[in-house]
Amino acid sequence: MAREITQAIVNGILVGGVYALMAVGLTLIFGVLDIINIAQGVLVILGAYLSYSLFNKAGIDPFLGLLITIPAMFIVGVVIHWAFISRLRGGERTSMTLLVTYAVALIIEGILSRIYGADNVQISPRYVNSSVRILGFYVGWVYIWGFILAVALVAVIYALLYRTKFGRSVRAVMQDETAARLVGISVNRVAAFTFGIGVAATAAGGVVFGETNAFNANSGYDLISRLLSIVILGGMGSVGGALAASVFMLTAESLVTIWQPTWAVAVYYAALVIVLVYRPTGLFGRKAVRAQ
Amino acid sequence: MAKGGGLVVLIVLAVLFPQVYSNPSVVNYGVFAMIFATAAVAWHVFSGNTGYISLGQAVFYGSGAYAMGIAARDWHIEGTAVFELLPLCAAVGAVIAVPFGLIALRVRRHTFIVITIAVFFIFQLMAFNFWFTGGSQGLDSPFLTWAPVPYYQNFYYIALACTAGAVIVAWLVGRSRFGLQLRAIRDDEDRARGLGVKAMRVKLSAFVMSGTITALIGGVWFYFIENVQPQTGFDPLFDLTLVLMVFLGGFGSISGAVLGALIIEPLSLWMNAQPAFTGSLSEVMLGAVFLLVVLFMPRGIVPTGGELITKLRTRGRPAVVPATTIGPLSASSGPSANSVSSGGAR
Repeated sequence: MAREITQAIVNGILVGGVYALMAVGLTLIFGVLDIINIAQGVLVILGAYLSYSLFNKAGIDPFLGLLITIPAMFIVGVVIHWAFISRLRGGERTSMTLLVTYAVALIIEGILSRIYGADNVQISPRYVNSSVRILGFYVGWVYIWGFILAVALVAVIYALLYRTKFGRSVRAVMQDETAARLVGISVNRVAAFTFGIGVAATAAGGVVFGETNAFNANSGYDLISRLLSIVILGGMGSVGGALAASVFMLTAESLVTIWQPTWAVAVYYAALVIVLVYRPTGLFGRKAVRAQ
Repeated sequence: MAKGGGLVVLIVLAVLFPQVYSNPSVVNYGVFAMIFATAAVAWHVFSGNTGYISLGQAVFYGSGAYAMGIAARDWHIEGTAVFELLPLCAAVGAVIAVPFGLIALRVRRHTFIVITIAVFFIFQLMAFNFWFTGGSQGLDSPFLTWAPVPYYQNFYYIALACTAGAVIVAWLVGRSRFGLQLRAIRDDEDRARGLGVKAMRVKLSAFVMSGTITALIGGVWFYFIENVQPQTGFDPLFDLTLVLMVFLGGFGSISGAVLGALIIEPLSLWMNAQPAFTGSLSEVMLGAVFLLVVLFMPRGIVPTGGELITKLRTRGRPAVVPATTIGPLSASSGPSANSVSSGGAR
C-alpha cells in the first residue's frame, strides 16, 4: 500500500508539472488582461494535434517539433487577441471576453473535429511506452521528459517576467493598468504578447498531454475545467500559486485513483469548492475580486 | 395602446402557430424554441438582473430531466400522469439551487462563473457514475401513446405555457422592489449592500427561482425527447447557447431573451438538419454567429433596434437626447426595455 501511495505521489508530481505549464499561461493571461481564456483547453488540444500531424506526416519528433509549434501557437494567440479580445471595451468587457473565448473554443473545436474526426488519437513515438526504474518505481520516460520540459519552460517564463524589461512592464500592467499606461507602457502590446505567450505555453503542454493521453477535439472541455480549478485554487494571477496548485491537485487525484478511479475527477471540483468556501481568493491569491 | 396590441398579436400568433403549420417537423422547431425561450428567461431572472453570469444552468436542466426519469421509473408512472411529476422537477431544481447558490454566490465575477462550471461538471460526473442514473446509457422516458400530430402540438402548448409562466414571473420580478435590489447588485454590489440590500438573500432567491424554472422545463424537455443521457442533460453547449441567445436578443431584457431563443434555436436545428452543416460545422457556425454579435452588436437586437425605432420616429424633430438613463415607466418602451437602459448605461 505504502508503495502504491508513493508511486501515486511521484506520478502526481510529474503530471502536475505539465499541468502547471498550461495553467501558468492561463493565470498570466488572467493577471494581465483580466480575462479568463476558456479557449486555453482547446488550444492545448490544437497544440497536440499540430504535434501529432508533424509527427505522423513529416516524421518530426514531437519534442523537436516544439521549435515549430511554439512559435505557431504564439502567432495564434496574438491573432486571437488582435481579432477579438482587443476590440472589446466597456463595462461588460469581463463577461464578454469570457464568452468570446468560449466561442473561439467552439470554432477551433469544430474545425478540429472536422479535420481529424471524432476518434481518439495519441502521439506515439517509440519512447512513449518505455519506462525507467528509479528507486524501485517504474516511471515513463515521457513523464520525465515532460516534467523537465515543463520546469524549463516555467523557468523561462519566470525569467521573462522577473529579469527583463518586458517582464517589468507585464508586472506593472498586472498591478495597475492605468498607472502603467501613464508611465508610457503600451498596454495593448503587453497584452498581445502576454496572450501570445500564454497560448504558446499550450503547445508544450499539448505535446506532453497528447503523448500521455488519448485525445480528440472534445477533450478540451475536461482540460479547461481542470485548468480553471487549478488557477482559481492557486489564486488567479499568481504564477507560483498555479504551480503549487497543479502539483497539489494532480497528486490528490492520483492518490484518490488508487481507491476510487471513477470519482477521482470529482476531487478536483470538490477541492475547489471547499477551498473557496473558506478562502474566496484562492490559496495564494491577492485580493483577486477587484471592484468593477 | 399599440404596445398592448402588439403583445396580443404575438400571443395569438404563438397559439395559432401549430394549427397553421401542423407538420410535426415544423412544430418540433416550435417546441424546442419554447423550451429554450423558457430556459433563457429563467437565465435572465438571475443572471440578467444581477450581472452574475451563470454557466451552470444545465445543472438544473439535467437534474429536472433526471428527476422526472427516475421518479417515473421507480414509481412506475406512465402516460399523461407523468406530467404530474413536473412540480417534483421544479422542487428538485429549487433544492439543488440552495446549496449551489450558497457556495457559488460567495464569490463574484470570474470566480463565480468558474464555480458554476465546476459544479456543472460534478453533476455530469454524478450522472455518469451514480447507480440510479443509468450510467452513460441514461434514462428513457415512459412511452406516451400520442399520435404524431397531437404529440408535437400538445408539447408545444405545454412548452408555451411554461414560457408564458416564466415571462410573467420575470416581469413581476423586474418591476418589483426585489428586481430593483437585484439590479442594484448588478450596478454596484458593495454600494447596494451599504444601502441596506441583503445581497446574499436577494441573490439566492433569484438563483433559486431561476433554477426552479430551468429544472421544470428540463422535465418537459426530457419527456418530449423521451431520453436523457449525461452528455445531453448536462451539456456544456446548453449554457453557451442560453448566453448566446440572451446576448443576441439583448442582455438584461425579457424580450431580448425570448427573441434570442426564437432566433437561435430554430436556426441551429435547421442547420443541424442540413447535410452541408452536419456535426461539427454547426458548432463552428454557432461560435461565429456569437463572435459577430459580440463584435458588431454588443448590446443585442432589442436595445439596438429600440434605438433605431426611436431615431426613425423622431426624425425631423429637434434633436433631444433621449432619456435612456433613469426614467419612470412612462418612457415609451415599457418595463423590459427600461431595465435594459438602467443596466446598459455604465
